[in-house]
Amino acid sequence: MLELKNVSKNFTMHLQGGLQLSVVSGVSMTVRPGECVVLGGASGAGKSSLLKMIYGNYRCDDGEITLQDNNTPVDIAKATPRKILSLRQRKMAYVSQFLRVIPRVSALEVVAGAARSFGVGASEAETRAVGLLRTLNIPERLWALPPATFSGGEQQRVNIARGFVADHPLLLLDEPTASLDAANRAAVVELIDRKKRAGTAILGIFHDEDVRDRVADRVIDVTRFKSAA
Amino acid sequence: MRQPDQYHNEAPLLSVSGLTKFYGARLGCKDVSFDLFAGEVLAVVGESGSGKSTLLSMLAAHSQPSSGTVTYLMRDGIARSVFGLSAAQQRLLLRTDWGFVHQDPARGLRMGVSAGANVGERLMAIGERHYGNIRDTALDWLSRVEIDADRIDDAPHSFSGGMRQRLQIARNLVTQPRLMFMDEPTGGLDVSVQARLLDVLRALVADLGLSMVIVTHDLAVARLLSHRIMVMRRGEVIETGLTDQVLDDPREPYTQLLVSSVLQV
Repeated sequence: MLELKNVSKNFTMHLQGGLQLSVVSGVSMTVRPGECVVLGGASGAGKSSLLKMIYGNYRCDDGEITLQDNNTPVDIAKATPRKILSLRQRKMAYVSQFLRVIPRVSALEVVAGAARSFGVGASEAETRAVGLLRTLNIPERLWALPPATFSGGEQQRVNIARGFVADHPLLLLDEPTASLDAANRAAVVELIDRKKRAGTAILGIFHDEDVRDRVADRVIDVTRFKSAA
Repeated sequence: MRQPDQYHNEAPLLSVSGLTKFYGARLGCKDVSFDLFAGEVLAVVGESGSGKSTLLSMLAAHSQPSSGTVTYLMRDGIARSVFGLSAAQQRLLLRTDWGFVHQDPARGLRMGVSAGANVGERLMAIGERHYGNIRDTALDWLSRVEIDADRIDDAPHSFSGGMRQRLQIARNLVTQPRLMFMDEPTGGLDVSVQARLLDVLRALVADLGLSMVIVTHDLAVARLLSHRIMVMRRGEVIETGLTDQVLDDPREPYTQLLVSSVLQV
């Protein structure tokens, strides 16, 4: 589903006198349908940056990030903005560390809208959204409110619901369980299992060892992709 | 389940190549090229004097370039050079298939006639004559931009800045244009008024599948409304790409400065 070949990333901080920060170098890996690959390594190792590069949110300076689009490989590192938007609509969903949504849109609409843009019909999208908000224990009185005022954990669960509501074949998860209690962590583990059984390829970051042990088919230590410099 | 790919390949609606404008010896903008597709929103950002308004005025055929071309895919499916059209054809485009929203609503509205007439005027320009139809359509558009029906007979000089701007948008959209040009549409408005205007705009773009070129110095506006972003400085495009990519991973020194200068709230 996803293949990375020799992927490298540097930041040049022009406002700090052109300081060069090497994030990762020479990353190669694959993620197959139905498996959950977990990125390991200490904070700052470049795990989040890798997910952002795959989602097209960060540029990829070097190497190839190949995603299968109906049996046609597409290199995200060189794809046009339109192509990346198209892949985000149809092929990959991303649960970021922090919820970033359009202001003044209700939680239910944030989730249902994500399903509709994937192509799910309006009523089915709402049914799925309601189901996920329930599974993730978001109180019903909050559904009509914009998530900006929610607690960190509630926002994160809305974020998870938005990422899981459609059927994208690739899911990118950046610490989805970080600010959740045990019951909600268990709910997320169950959602991940269901996606895996449905054949979704998952690449994620989980600091919580308990969750990681339960969902990971493989762990890739990102620390080994640090460049020597 | 039907799975639409709203970004499937097709001919661009607007295609811009090598667009350059000199005012005498002074550079307005230089060698700007891009394609804009149906349903796509492009934000042009940069500081005052960066050439973004110069660019917009050429795109909308308000002024002639020194060199370069702009082609537009007309409703008959044929891409034509905008500057090759006669003045009358250009006016027709501007009155029907295009819209232009000015930063100052007074430039885009007729301040002395009623809100209803402001919206109805563009309909009459394309041949609508039935008073009842025009008034109904005007009422519909006023409600879509959240202006109360009982203000239809009031002239815009009695409106607040935010209402004037929403009226200007309604006036433009009434002919169901496919392409809108916007010059700092939220400039000079209070933030709460900006928020309401942005909500209206976002909903309209999503519902109507409009294409837009929006000039703004407000990166938050660009993030909220646009798919792609073009950063201009001293008349040249210095960086371009997917909006969230350029804002979250800016490459050029000037873009990094712009992004880091935004106050976080």
